[in-house]
Order: sequence, then structure tokens, then C-alpha cells
Amino acid sequence: MTTHPQPGSPDKEPASEEQAARTALGNTERAEPASTATPTQERRPTLGRLFLENLWAANTFTVTLLSLVLAMVVGAVLMIISDPKVLATYAYFTARPTDALDASWALVSKAYANLFKGSVFDPGATTLTAALSPISETLTYTAPLVFTGLSVALAFRGGLFNIGAQGQAIMGVILAALVGFLLPLPPGLHLLVAVLAGAVGGAVWGFIPGILKARTGAHEVINTIMLNYIAVYFLTWLIVQNGVQDPRRTDAISRRVDASAQLPRLFDDPLRAHAGIILAVLATWAVAWLLNRSTLGFELRAVGANPDAARTAGISVTRTYVLIMVFAGALAGLGGSQMVLGTTAAALTPLVVAQIGFDGILVALLGRVKPWGVAMAALLFGALQAGGNRMQSYASISLELVTVLQALIVIFIAAPALVKAIFQLRAARAARLQTSLAKGW
Amino acid sequence: MSTTAVPDVAVAPVDEGFWTRTRKVGLVLVALGLLATVLFGALATDATARFTLSEDAAGAALEIHGTFGAVLFGLITLAAGGAMLAGPPKRWFIPLLAMGLVGFVLSFLCWQVSDAPAGQNFMPLVNIVRGTFLLALPLIFGALAGVLCERSGVVNVAIEGQLLMGAFSGALFGSISGNVWVGLVAAAIGGSFISLLLAVFSIRYLVDQVVMGIVLNLLALGITGFLYERLMQTDAARYNSAPRFSNWEIPLLSDIPVLGPALFRGNIFLYLALLLVLVIHIGLFRTRWGLRTRSVGEHPTAADTLGVKVLGLRYRNVIMAGAVAGIGGASYTLALFSFTKNMIGGKGFIALAALIFGRWSPTGALLAALFFGFADQLATYLGAINSIIPGQFLAMLPYLATILAVAGLVGRVRAPAADGKPYIKG
Repeated sequence: MTTHPQPGSPDKEPASEEQAARTALGNTERAEPASTATPTQERRPTLGRLFLENLWAANTFTVTLLSLVLAMVVGAVLMIISDPKVLATYAYFTARPTDALDASWALVSKAYANLFKGSVFDPGATTLTAALSPISETLTYTAPLVFTGLSVALAFRGGLFNIGAQGQAIMGVILAALVGFLLPLPPGLHLLVAVLAGAVGGAVWGFIPGILKARTGAHEVINTIMLNYIAVYFLTWLIVQNGVQDPRRTDAISRRVDASAQLPRLFDDPLRAHAGIILAVLATWAVAWLLNRSTLGFELRAVGANPDAARTAGISVTRTYVLIMVFAGALAGLGGSQMVLGTTAAALTPLVVAQIGFDGILVALLGRVKPWGVAMAALLFGALQAGGNRMQSYASISLELVTVLQALIVIFIAAPALVKAIFQLRAARAARLQTSLAKGW
Repeated sequence: MSTTAVPDVAVAPVDEGFWTRTRKVGLVLVALGLLATVLFGALATDATARFTLSEDAAGAALEIHGTFGAVLFGLITLAAGGAMLAGPPKRWFIPLLAMGLVGFVLSFLCWQVSDAPAGQNFMPLVNIVRGTFLLALPLIFGALAGVLCERSGVVNVAIEGQLLMGAFSGALFGSISGNVWVGLVAAAIGGSFISLLLAVFSIRYLVDQVVMGIVLNLLALGITGFLYERLMQTDAARYNSAPRFSNWEIPLLSDIPVLGPALFRGNIFLYLALLLVLVIHIGLFRTRWGLRTRSVGEHPTAADTLGVKVLGLRYRNVIMAGAVAGIGGASYTLALFSFTKNMIGGKGFIALAALIFGRWSPTGALLAALFFGFADQLATYLGAINSIIPGQFLAMLPYLATILAVAGLVGRVRAPAADGKPYIKG
């Protein structure tokens, strides 16, 4: 009963949106039979009409956009109910509703305007640097998310759920930083070795759940969750060891990575964007090639779609599982390494990788587990982060709101049937919206 | 079809030969025993290791010579390992394993306590036991929430979020109303709110349950963090000063040495946790509801055929689980601390580990939670006596133990068959 009949779909992209909606809604209401199926036969629609119809259909783009809108509406509600002054105006709403509406609008619009100004463009910018600053911030936050997002997406396509991107990123950042301040190497080479060390750190941390899954069948979700925390504790232990801790400090912070191991900046000094974003684009291209053009990618997708069939066809499932997790780990490790090699920080602290691993899961889902989709999703999340900082300082709306928005967007994306029902969208013909795997432990 | 009969290479523990699981574990115990006897024995000092039956150095104590104790208990572990290598009957497995592990821990403690700075060669058992239960509390509640959910076939990775939301709403509404009981109910409702989202999205909209759990954790983190900064930080007196449950002393029982002061002078949450373990255990294995819950978690189609309302039962159990976890969160804010951002800090995931390590059963979850709580308390104790063992490595123990457990090294853990699989009628 887990896999509803689906005529010979070779790819894991599960049920079409229509099917998913039918199964989801079928429990309570009978879907009106084929009401949307045949309007095209009667009259050839104009191009404009076709465009409009598609715009309001439940395709990937529309659902993503509407999810964003829904998330922002919920975010606005949260802002209003958590502001006692604005809330007070609702006490006499029936007497003078304009007060409440004005105050709410002022609060919400100021917050979201700053979110936009901090991430895309500030119309008040006078210098070139100020004009480029939001984009630069966005790109800085985007780069590591691309890597962790790709890590999760790659594993997803192979049928594995990599919740361990966080731990892999931590191991990556540890090795990258150690190389960064312990090995005295010439410029160029130092950076290269540090970046590779980051990849190796993540790959090792990905290898463990991979080999356990392949050898013992231990579920990778459980193991990767556990490894995340082991990595956290390892990091907090390592930071305060001799030779690692900054000798001039007593708190938990490591020595600084040498300048020769830092990623070059894209613009002049106050702008933080660094070459990590270029690596991110290259990585996206590489993963896209790996998935769609290479033998390994084919085997990976085959194993993801049906491990038994893949095994029957002569693909070594064991080897593929291990390779998937090693590659996924290496990607997450690369993402983590940017947290010290880029401009975000130059030294290890207990929270040096922030949430990039967990955010990577959201990014992968939002990007519909496709490489370029992941890159776009990471861009959106990076923009939210960058804008959130400005929102916090200019509109005094806590940065936590960004976490709420991100989580809500993904919740709505993951349940397209809900978005469809809220906005009364048409069923799109060829949309594939379900990203879920639904496998359990 | 006969040509495609390819042997299954991935998972097949068929014929184990000489190296049965018992012998493998025995080998591990022998290694641990040797380590304890030789290393701990050599490192332990001449000082007397005292395990006092009170909260400080005073009073009656169990005393043992440091080196002698470390070697003696190491040899016990060695003996248990040796007995396992001999291939005893199956029923000896658990007792021998327990003996071996306890011996190892005691040997370790003899070394650590005797090696502590002069004047600190004692371990106050009351503190240790009380701390163990205190630290295990959120884990017990969280793991029980996991049991309720997963036994009916819904994976609950959102324990962390449920605990956090419970802690938050307990603090918020407890403060506003000034009443602990209102706070307790609010905490249960807060936890259920996250659960409700999990239920609706995973049961009705068929979203992957692990995905949903992860996202809900982030959502809870975001919402509580946001409202914390907006409300509690600006006006802590009004929004973040919840009243606290006082400790209830149980007559007679509280006079038992060690266990009495540690266990029977606790607050309501301690009693509630132990009671819930009992209730859920009896409920799951002795009542009609339990039979139905387990059948829905193992084989929903069969249950449906027999007239069990699969989806309704799942909704109910998931929401109940949220209430249990919510109360667990309140065990922080309505008894110990005021709310802070991300105050659960990964306890929800240790609870998940306890659930898995305890093999999806209430009593197993309790034991696992206590074990993890003990590791946590031990880390604190070792920090206090300036041990050379870093606390971070002890903190890793729950996670390592779980990895070993699911890898099948310490017995096989198996989730309910339909755990995580949405049920589509028809």
C-alpha cells in the first residue's frame, strides 16, 4: 500500500502532482472527475490565455511563489501578534479599524522592505559599493548553502536521506581550518589543500553512515543524526586544545586561518562576496553532470528508484550507497570549509557552521532535489539571510523570523496539495511537485 | 526468472558459524576488561575511593582501595567476557552483558575517584542518582512521545521541536496567568500544536515524515526564538517569570538511603514521567488501544480490514505524543530555569536516540534515557574533579551507543514495520 500503482515510472520523481493531489484529497472529498481535462479541445486558446491558465496552474514555479507569499503572510501575523503596541490597536478595531490596519501595515511593510533592501537592492544607495552591498551579502550566504543543498539532493536522488550534512560540514570546517593555520604552505597551494581537506573531512563523515547502511542495513537517517552531534562535541573539544586554541584568548575560539588559505574576494574590501560562489556554481554544474550524464549518476538514480531492480541489473548497491554518501559528505564538507576560508569567519568557534547543514535539507527540498533548482533555492535562502540581518538592525525584527519563513516555505512546498487547495489552483498537466520519499526508518 | 536469482549481498545474517553474536560481544567485553584491568589499574592511585551515600563527603560510604577496585572490577568484566566466549545458553546473554558493562564502569570510577585531587576522593551517590534522573527527565518524556508516535507508524523526528514548544508555551502562559497548572496545560497544548502539524502534513498531505520532522524542528526553533526576542526579552517580568512546581516529598519512601532523597523528593515531573512509563507500557501491551496502536504501526492494511480506523488512531496518538513531549519541555521552564532561546539544545535528538536504543518500548526508553542521563551527569562530575577525560567524549556516548545499536553490534533493533509509511486507504 505504500507505492500506489504507477505505470512503469523509471525515475524516482514520484507521483505526478495530479495523482498526489487525488490521493491526498481523495480521503475526504471525491475529486470532481476530469473537469479540467478537456477545455482545450473546444477552441484553440490564444497564447495570452494559455499563459494565464498556466500561471494559475499548480506548476513548480507558481507553487513556489505562492508558498513564499503564504509564508510571508504567516510571518506578518507573527510580527503583529508579538508587538504589544500594534496589538493594542486591535482592541478597538470595530470602532476605528484604520488605526489597527495602519499600524500593522507600517510594521510589516517596514520589515519586508528592509528584507528586500538588505538582500537585493537598496534604492537609497548613493555609491556603487552601497548598491552592490546587498547582492554581495546574499552571495556570501548563498555559497555554502549551495554545497549543503547539493549534498542532501545528491543523496536524495540515490534514495538516501542525508540529515548529516551538518555534521559533515563541521568535519569539513575542522580539517579546512587545521590545514589553514597549521600547515605552512605557499599561497595558491595552501588554499587548494585547505579546500580539499574540507572535502575529505566531510567525505569521511559521510562514509561512516554509507558503509553502515551498505553492510548492516542500519538506517542512514538515524546514523547521520547521531554523527551530527558527535561532530559537534568533537569540535567543542578540539577548539580548546593546545595548538588549536587562540593563545591570546581564554574562550572557545581557535587560531585564525592564514591569509594564504583564504578564498579571494570578488569585489573590493567592504564587500564580502568571495570566490566560494564561483566554486558553488562549478559544483552545481559538476553534480548536474554527474547525475544526468555519467555512469555513476545513472547507477545512483537506478538504486534510488529501486534498489532491488538495480541489484538484479548488476549494479552493486553496496558500492553505490557508499559512493553516494562519500560524495554527499564531500560536498557538505566543502560547504563547511567556506565558513572559515571565506569571509564569514576565519577561526573555529562552536557555532562556526551555523545551521548550514539543516538549511541544506530545506534548500534541497525547495530546489526539488535538482542541481540547478538547489542553486536557485540556495540563492533565495541566502537572500533571506542577508535581508534578515538588515531587518534585524533597521526594523528591529528578530533574525529568527527568517528561520520561520524558511521552514514555512518548505512546509508549503512539501504539501502542494495544500497550496493548491488554498488558492484554488488548476491541476497542471505535467508538473511533478512531490519531493517526498516516504520510506520511514 | 531462474536466471536472475542473484544472492542478496547487503543484509543477510544467515549462518554465523563460530562467531555468533554472543561470542563477538564477549570478545569486546574481554578487550574492555583487559583495558580496565591494565590501564585503569595502573592509573588508579593508592587513595581510597569513597562512594558516599549522601550529598557530600560526610556520612556512611562504600569504600574501596583505588588500584584494587579498578583491577577487581576490570577482572569481573574480563570474566563476563570470557564466559560469553565460551558460548553459554542464550538466556545468559543479558546478565553477562550487564555484569561486564557494570564492571567496566565501576573500574573506571575507581580509577577516576582515586585519582581525583586530594580531599575529593569521593563520589556523592545521592547527587549522582538525582542528577541522572533530572537530566533524563526530558529524555524520558521525549522518548515516550516517540514511542506513541512510532508505534502507530508515524516517525517522530520533531521531538526536539515539541519539547521546545512545550517549554516555551509553558513559560509564556505560566507567566501570564501566574499559575503553574495553566502553564502545564499550555505546555501540553504547545507540544500538541507541533504534533498536529506533523499529523496533518504526514497523514493527510503524505509529506515525508522525516522531512516534516526536521522542518518542524526549525519552525519551532524560529517561532520560539522570534517570540522570545520580541516578548520575553523586552518584558521578562511579564512574559518569562513562570511560577515553579515545588518539590513533593513522599513520606516513608523518601527515607530510603540514596534512592529516597534522590527519587522521592522530586517535583511533579519526575513522578509524572515514571507514571507515564508505566501507563504507556500497560496501555500498549495490555489494552485494546495498545493492540490497535501496535497493529496500525506494523500492518495498517490488516488493521483496517478488521475495522480499526487507521488514520484516526494515528492522529490521536501523534497529538497525544505532542502533549507528552510538551510536558517534558515544561519540566525545564516550570521547575528549573526560565526560557531561553534554543534551550532544549539537542535533547530531543538524544530522546530519539533513547527511543531507538530502547527498541521502541516504554521501559526500554526509560532505561536508555537513564543511561544517557547518567553519562551526562558523569560528565559533570568528572569536570568537577578535573578529570583528564574530556566531558565532550562522555557527551558523545549516547550517540555512539545508538550507532552501535542500529548497526546490530549490541543486539538487533527493529522499528515497527509500517513506521514512516503513510497509509493510503484502498
